[in-house]
Amino acid sequence: MSRQPQKIVVVGNGMVGHHFVDEMAKHAGYEITVLSAEDRLAYDRVHLSEYFSGKTADDLAMTTPAYYNEIGVKFFTNAKVTDIDKAAKIVTTETGDTFAYDKLVMATGSYPFVPPIPGKERDHCLVYRTIQDLEDIQASAKAGKVGVVVGGGLLGLEAANALKELGLQTHVVEFAPQLMGVQLDKDGGALLRSMIEGIGVQVHTQKATNEIVDGETCVHRMNFADGTHLETDVILFSAGIRPYDNLAREFDLAVGERGGIVVDNNCKTSDKNIYAIGECALWNNFIFGLVAPGYTMAKVTADNIIGGEQQFTGADMSTKLKLMGMDVGSIGDAHGRTQGCKSYVYSNQPDQIYKKIVVSANGKELIGAVLVGDTSEYDTLLQYALNGIELPENPDGLILPTSGEKPTLGVDALPNTATICSCLNVTKGDIIAAIDCGAVDVGEVKSSTKAGTGCGGCAALLKKVTDHELEKRGVEINTDLCEHFAYSRVELFHIVKAEQIKTFDVLIEKHGSGLGCEICKPAAASILASVWNDYILKADHVSLQDTNDVFLGNMQKDGTYSVVPRMPGGEVTPDKLIVIGEVAKEYKLYTKVTGGQRIDLFGARVDQLPAIWKRLIDAGMETGHAYGKSLRTVKSCVGSTWCRYGQQDSMAMAIFLEDRYKGLRSPHKIKFAVSGCTRECAEAQSKDIGIIATENGWNLYVSGNGGMKPRHGDLFATDLDDETLVKYIDRYLMFYVRTADRLTRTSVWLENLAGGLAYMEKIVKDDHLGINAELEKQMQNVVDTYQCEWKTTIESTEQLKRFRQFVNSDTVDGNIEFVTERDQIRPAQGDEKKYGVQIQAVDLTLA
Amino acid sequence: MTTENTWQTICPTSDLIKNSGVCAILANQEQVALFQVGDDTIYAVANFDPFGKANVLYRGLIGETKGDVYVASPLLKQRFVLNTGACLDDGTLAIKTYQTRITDGKLEIFG
Repeated sequence: MSRQPQKIVVVGNGMVGHHFVDEMAKHAGYEITVLSAEDRLAYDRVHLSEYFSGKTADDLAMTTPAYYNEIGVKFFTNAKVTDIDKAAKIVTTETGDTFAYDKLVMATGSYPFVPPIPGKERDHCLVYRTIQDLEDIQASAKAGKVGVVVGGGLLGLEAANALKELGLQTHVVEFAPQLMGVQLDKDGGALLRSMIEGIGVQVHTQKATNEIVDGETCVHRMNFADGTHLETDVILFSAGIRPYDNLAREFDLAVGERGGIVVDNNCKTSDKNIYAIGECALWNNFIFGLVAPGYTMAKVTADNIIGGEQQFTGADMSTKLKLMGMDVGSIGDAHGRTQGCKSYVYSNQPDQIYKKIVVSANGKELIGAVLVGDTSEYDTLLQYALNGIELPENPDGLILPTSGEKPTLGVDALPNTATICSCLNVTKGDIIAAIDCGAVDVGEVKSSTKAGTGCGGCAALLKKVTDHELEKRGVEINTDLCEHFAYSRVELFHIVKAEQIKTFDVLIEKHGSGLGCEICKPAAASILASVWNDYILKADHVSLQDTNDVFLGNMQKDGTYSVVPRMPGGEVTPDKLIVIGEVAKEYKLYTKVTGGQRIDLFGARVDQLPAIWKRLIDAGMETGHAYGKSLRTVKSCVGSTWCRYGQQDSMAMAIFLEDRYKGLRSPHKIKFAVSGCTRECAEAQSKDIGIIATENGWNLYVSGNGGMKPRHGDLFATDLDDETLVKYIDRYLMFYVRTADRLTRTSVWLENLAGGLAYMEKIVKDDHLGINAELEKQMQNVVDTYQCEWKTTIESTEQLKRFRQFVNSDTVDGNIEFVTERDQIRPAQGDEKKYGVQIQAVDLTLA
Repeated sequence: MTTENTWQTICPTSDLIKNSGVCAILANQEQVALFQVGDDTIYAVANFDPFGKANVLYRGLIGETKGDVYVASPLLKQRFVLNTGACLDDGTLAIKTYQTRITDGKLEIFG
């Protein structure tokens, strides 16, 4: 029996509205229509500030027209709803279009509250909410020197960070006596203030703005109630949010005294066919200004529409974030307002760390916490608080620094209801269910539960829970490299370095067993090369090298090789280009320009390689290491030398970096790119190391990736000078070389690294492990001992002997045959081969 | 045309590369991959990779698992045990093996 699909109309396409669409679209039999008053579909407002650090509107987009088309969702942008006929169940938009609904979902969100200060409507008085706002802020900042944020809450401080990044002398003006009064207590707020002032942002508390008038040195002057004033060019209001509930008011849905569409536990409004979710909804007289509770409401609503019984029962407002590089965390009753509660405080002024935990009157439960300067215990504390887990006898041990192992909460102690990922509301039970359904590692758990795909803050905990559950099921989390070494790659690296081991024979004799294999030999070869940087085809090493390294070329399907000379930054003289062309012509090589801005010559037999390379080297070229797990290319645009938009000389930087890191053997290949301006023509954000020129220097992005699993690089540092840039790259790369598993790109490595990006920042920027000098020294050693492997090879008669197909004849391999296609060669396939294969395989089943 | 197998002199043993491979061509144009493992052991197997369909096995990496010494194809890494020719990754396939001996410092292959 078929029935008419139920019509679901969603008003608003913010993060929560979009999440609802995603949830609803999972169920068949519903026709979903999205009406958005904005001119673009949902985008990520949580990471809005990244718009200033290079992310584009497209990067922030959470959905696309194509995606909505694919899942069968109708959508209309610039479609402002002006009428709701609750009886007839029809909404009408500004343009007069009507949409009938069975269920209407209001996801209209909120708008920034601007206090009624005379002068608030002057030019360059803005708010911080939409991409349009950001564009306005950017334009205003260009014309000014000083910026003020009115409001010292969480969003206000993010806005202040944005102003600072735009190069303005930044002030924060707060009415209350402290910053982040909702999340932090007095002492935590005071420490945060001194840290923020330490990086040059002026904080003014207990200031009420009376009026904004013309300034003398700047555009505006803000006159405060206490008689003082402040001059500024840009003012951003960030004084809280107000729900967009005008439709509800106009069409008689119940709204709260101070705004918000009243909803029940099913997210239903006073009309049984209308729901409200996200920041426009008022639940239990409370508006949730965070995205996670909105997502939960979206899920509950979708469930209710299909006849389920899920309920919204409030949400945890605990939060952990990084503000202007400073770690801040807040859990539950941060202010200790619960009757009879007691608190423990740890304060370390020299290191700028403040931690407080609030425990229940009986001392058994954690009910609140404040963390400033160090949030490493946040996850553990949050689990105690959310799950009512009984505290240890001395709860202060949870926040006191110890010389030994920190008393972390075993993941086993977590109940199945414990939320692991709060963005997507994934519990420990969900993870266990995913494992029961066959997930065998974190990646699979992530893709089946979506845990860790929101803010990513739960990555470490997610891995712990997953590994623990797998271990419980007898799945061994074996980090042994292979059957010959009961060590991980990291451990072997340390052994090689600490014991000054220089050959595989010594390594396997002292620390392994058997003869080795195709896993451990290349891994050891890579480690030995990273540490000692010997010639990789030396007698001790030649038998360890993988397919491509062993003949210094990329082996193709027919056993021939490709030849790629280095072309740093893609720069090449006509003379060199002519030589490459002559070589290709003489040896009849298939010629192609690569994605890394250089030229690949295919179809060279092993016996032809030395002569080809001799020609190239004689013409001043060198190996491009296209075959190695090593630095490949540093892609670049022409930069400020030619381009009228260029901010810095990206070409010179790219060539410098390619020359510096060429030959560095690493766990996997490494690609760089340098863009001369924010237009990013070199696509640096998709590289392991990406560098984008700014007016003041270089922005450094790390661990990006194209290829199989694309990943945008993370912004690691901004406006670096040349020297600092190189230091950071030295440290970052060498730490990767030391600690990554074999064949792990920097993107996967970083994602699996406990502590992630924040940890790497601590290491590279603050020398958290005290090893930076050593990392730099090790890199310098690699740089100083560089040799062109092909030059060394063609100068050695011993080596040249290896490049014969036959040890007893000078003939060539007759099985290598080519045909012509588009005026060039390609390997002959199947019937195209004239001579056919020469040796047949023995088929055991017939024997 | 079938010819009788004979011992064919290939090269001085010093032309072999320890723990790595070289390739020889026999009178009947068969290609043989030769591996010297450790100081004394020499293996000879067909050079043709039946998976990749190319004459490349001598360029593979030598490995060992549970006492079996094998070569891993440089193309797609299938492993062939050197003294039997058996493929460890596909029980239905094997490659040809050859007898070897050393006479006056020279390697000879029966084929």
